[in-house]
Amino acid sequence: MSKAKTVVKLFLSMLKIGAFTFGGGYAMISLLQDEFVIRKKWLSEKEFLDLVVIAESTPGPIAINSSTYIGYKAAGVLGAIVGTLGMCIPSFTIIYVISLFFDKFLSLTFVANAFKGIQVCVIYLIFSAGLKMFKSIKKNLFSILILAVTVVCMIVLSIFAVKFSTIYYIIISGFAGLVFYLITKRKAEESK
Amino acid sequence: MIYLDLFLTFLEIGAVSFGGGYGMISLIRELTVSKGWLTQSELLNFIAVSESTPGPIAINMATFIGSHKGGVLGAFLATLGVVLPAFIIILIIVIFLKNFIKYPAVQGIMAGISPCVIGLILATAIIMFLSVGINISVLGDTFKPNLTALIILAAVILTAFIYKKATDKKISPVLLILISAVLGGVLYSV
Repeated sequence: MSKAKTVVKLFLSMLKIGAFTFGGGYAMISLLQDEFVIRKKWLSEKEFLDLVVIAESTPGPIAINSSTYIGYKAAGVLGAIVGTLGMCIPSFTIIYVISLFFDKFLSLTFVANAFKGIQVCVIYLIFSAGLKMFKSIKKNLFSILILAVTVVCMIVLSIFAVKFSTIYYIIISGFAGLVFYLITKRKAEESK
Repeated sequence: MIYLDLFLTFLEIGAVSFGGGYGMISLIRELTVSKGWLTQSELLNFIAVSESTPGPIAINMATFIGSHKGGVLGAFLATLGVVLPAFIIILIIVIFLKNFIKYPAVQGIMAGISPCVIGLILATAIIMFLSVGINISVLGDTFKPNLTALIILAAVILTAFIYKKATDKKISPVLLILISAVLGGVLYSV
């Protein structure tokens, strides 16, 4: 298959997945696997599993991490660009059109009230997304401690109106993870 | 300048947030609400729309907030900002760092970051609940339960719970959003 043809196919597949998947990046993973590993065979099963780990271990939207990776594997740097574009275009278009009408829509009293109800629901959805992620991680004293300290610090600082950026939490806990890893490695070596 | 500000803010969000769209919410909230770009209610509305439309939630939110503050150019720049770091980092990894995930140090760092991101998500939800549900944002606020909001929350939790028990599947977020929209529309209107 010529490269041009691959790039076009890649673009169309990403466009399709971007336009029809609800639930964000995590929901996309199984669709991407179906499309690119099983049907198109552009990635091996192992490459795809690597992709999932890389997407989770790097910053940024999971869907973008995935489409850049798959695009590169299919057709190099051009593939990465085209794949990522294909993934973004449907979202961008749909949301931009909605944003044009949204304020007008909200000026209807019933709609504004409906959105007050929705706001409550979204708080629940955020909480349940956190719980779902919690179920999927390795639970040990270290991870529970990091989680608990983060939750308590963030709530207390917010109540006391102390500014402490989210970014610091991420940097500190990444550093703590590294230190914890080095200590456990050292202990393992000593006990050998 | 709002355009540059939108681009840089979302570049920062794209560069440091882990855990996908929901993992970004705490930072998005911090950066946009503090700048006065959005109120907390607007942010929650945008999350609801982002969740109820197809596509990556992070892209939907960047486009929405960008468009809200800076029209089509703002939407474009915010989206570009949130995409660029992920795009560049993944290219560097696939081209130069093929063994990235095998480095034990990376696993060590992620063992710290993953629970932290979950903590950030849970804490953000709790902080939002305190302000919407009982009107407490900072110390000194008077405790004032918002009954309608608490009823809707109880109904949402109950619906999700019953659905899970009855079908053994998780209820779709879009369905929950629809139910809460009807409840909000009716309860706040009477």
